[in-house]
Amino acid sequence: MPAEGSLASILARHRRDRTRLIDILREVQAKNGHISPEAAAEIAAGLGLSTVEVEGAATFYHFFSARPAGTYAVYLNDNIVSVMKGRAAVASAFEKAAGCRFGETTPDGRIGLYRTSCIGMNDQEPAALINGVVFTKLTPAKVKLIVEGMNAGMNVRAMIAATGDGANAAKLVRAMVKNNIRKEGPVILASFRSGAAVKKAVKITPEGVIAEVKKANLLGRGGAGFPTGLKWEFCRREKGENHYVVCNADEGEPGTFKDRVILTERPHLLFEGMTVAGYAVGARKGLLYLRGEYAYLAPYLESLLAGLRKKNLLGKRIAGKAGFSFDIEIKLGAGAYVCGEESALLQSAQGERGEPRDRPPFPVQSGFLFQPTTVNNVETLCAAARIIEKGADWFKAMGTPRSAGTKVLSVSGDCKKPGVYEVPFGLTVRRLLEMAGGPDAQAVQIGGPSGACISRGQLERAIAFEDLATGGSIIVIGPGRDLFEVIRNFMEFFVEESCGWCVPCRAGNPLLLRKLEKIMSGKGTPADIIEIESWGRIIKAMSRCGLGQTSPNPILTTIQNFREMYESKVERGRDFLPEFDLAEAVKEASAVTGQVFAASDTEQSHE
Amino acid sequence: MSKPKARISFTVDGKKCSAAPGQTILQAAKDNGIYIPALCRWEGFKPAGACRVCTVRVGGRYMAACTQPVTDGMAVENDVPDLQDMRKALIEMLFVEGNHMCPTCEKSGNCELQALAYRFLMLVPRFPFQFPARRVEPAGKKILLEHNRCIKCLRCVRGVRTRDNKAVFGTLRRSRDKKISVDQVLASALTDKQARQAMDRCPVGSILKKEVGFAVPIGRRKYDKEPIGSDVEKARG
Repeated sequence: MPAEGSLASILARHRRDRTRLIDILREVQAKNGHISPEAAAEIAAGLGLSTVEVEGAATFYHFFSARPAGTYAVYLNDNIVSVMKGRAAVASAFEKAAGCRFGETTPDGRIGLYRTSCIGMNDQEPAALINGVVFTKLTPAKVKLIVEGMNAGMNVRAMIAATGDGANAAKLVRAMVKNNIRKEGPVILASFRSGAAVKKAVKITPEGVIAEVKKANLLGRGGAGFPTGLKWEFCRREKGENHYVVCNADEGEPGTFKDRVILTERPHLLFEGMTVAGYAVGARKGLLYLRGEYAYLAPYLESLLAGLRKKNLLGKRIAGKAGFSFDIEIKLGAGAYVCGEESALLQSAQGERGEPRDRPPFPVQSGFLFQPTTVNNVETLCAAARIIEKGADWFKAMGTPRSAGTKVLSVSGDCKKPGVYEVPFGLTVRRLLEMAGGPDAQAVQIGGPSGACISRGQLERAIAFEDLATGGSIIVIGPGRDLFEVIRNFMEFFVEESCGWCVPCRAGNPLLLRKLEKIMSGKGTPADIIEIESWGRIIKAMSRCGLGQTSPNPILTTIQNFREMYESKVERGRDFLPEFDLAEAVKEASAVTGQVFAASDTEQSHE
Repeated sequence: MSKPKARISFTVDGKKCSAAPGQTILQAAKDNGIYIPALCRWEGFKPAGACRVCTVRVGGRYMAACTQPVTDGMAVENDVPDLQDMRKALIEMLFVEGNHMCPTCEKSGNCELQALAYRFLMLVPRFPFQFPARRVEPAGKKILLEHNRCIKCLRCVRGVRTRDNKAVFGTLRRSRDKKISVDQVLASALTDKQARQAMDRCPVGSILKKEVGFAVPIGRRKYDKEPIGSDVEKARG
């Protein structure tokens, strides 16, 4: 038998199953602090892969590293709300206290500092993950204590000052995360009696379950709004060895965190939604693809799954229904926004780089392990369970005629009451801002960076599929903020998170960012606004998946809604301004030689 | 399910065409003598939809012709000015994303990126050159990887495999840092024929066979004689 904890034992425990590569890499990273070239080669040999395939997967995800990441690996969120709440001071406090810069480890290898994309804590920023443990509302003073703790060799979990509310305080969670539930609606956040949906579902036929969900007009809550009942019907009809239910709990859109709260407080509702879906489509297995950032919830969720098995709400003959078997496995991601795209998620779940697939075939035809699969959002599955519990008519009575039910929104940014709000569809943005205590916003980002940035003149618009469709991320941008900085932060995010597969997204987004920076620097002309719009439209049209098809939105929607802001930045009446800055270009040479280079006749800059 | 028809009909820019069910738009167009420009595609490899140069428009929606199956009654827009300009933009993006010095490149005249640039009458890219710092890397005993020219078409990743079906080439990292790499052991085991094949399948001059070069002089190479796509169009007669 291979030694406990050795690579051989990790491989054996995962049955040398190539589709479990990400699970294996997670364990190796956690154990060794990195995935060395030797480890990659050994894993490759164990799984019958070439080394470059293992390295390919290992270099795709944020939370894997080829070099030792540090005994304590600090991942500080760099999204815009973190910036608004004081990220810069926190970051420099980390660098000062630790004695290394971001992207590096301390010389002794103890502490590593890294930036990362949104970790789903926008209502309690600045936040960071340290060895997977969440630290919220960081301040320079707190950072000093944390670094002292790390230098003293403390256990990361012991550095948490106090646990958060609700299940965040549960023994298996013990996170300092807060739920910040500001408004409990009747569908998702209302209390739920375990078994209420499944026991009802098994009394009707799978077709009957699908019919009820269709009747309720449940549309996918991830943002795209595909009818859930129809998706289930397509999946059920497809022939395959196995059918699968996959819950997309990879909420990575900057500013969204509502799935985290649902997973913390209403996990039973979600598990029943998955079970009901399994019954409807004829699946025996469900996967909960949980983003790596939420790994701290996994032990707790596992314990709940064990409880459901004991109560016969998972396993064989569920709720006494002959022939109905279903179980749920948790699959963890490892830090990649694009894995929220359903086909990328499936690739990741089966041990690959999280790169989207071409469609057709769609996941309902060829999903997890290329079998018929329904991929649904956390909130969608919860709503489906509730529809079975309470009926389609009850559900349809809420919301608007086209958008039935409620929507859970994650509200953050410049508002007094950031947190989670479950509201009926049709609510105006103005009303939401009043509820959240941010009525004087200059702009509101609806649906995260991939959504739309709206101005004050549009506050009467409604949260609904027919107006402002959103996965639920709402970022309030208060007066006095430089909106350009927000746009730049979003574009940097897309540049970083592009999987790099297709040309327009990989090569185009950096060009948009550069052009935006040119305009921001005051060196733009009216032609630059025309060009950046045109380039953005090309990237949207030509990109392969939803990431590239929406990545120009921060620029395009602000040009549409805040055109005067762009116009005030460019020099009118001039067709051309040189972007080239001689002094900047020869800065290094000047510093070395002490020679003076004139940027222009009037600007002479030297020591 | 009703039995699929033996042939289905569709149009490209209004021209009536027919196809076998299951064919992609790109294959079907080719069979009808219509050239849809493409860069990452290689006959016999699984389509990747990576370069997006073959993007067509159907009912206002954009789709890659190399991955999208043709359906009965489909009206495909292909050779229309705005779409051609967007394709040209992709070619231009590739030129500024890497470092492409055609006059000194072993693949000049056989390079599909260069050939498409000529076909699209690209003079100078509309985008600013990025001048990334990239390297030339030995990849096993037989080949070099010239990363300056790599366009990540994934042909090598898809098509160069060992006898026991292991990938010789792979991709590292993501976003603009995405990079092609090899399994050094497997790459060293490539035969001369396989190394030659890898080089020939690379649309640009990124995979180079060591110790040979410029066997055919520039000026007498494939696209020096006629523009890319001519073979398809000639077949139409």
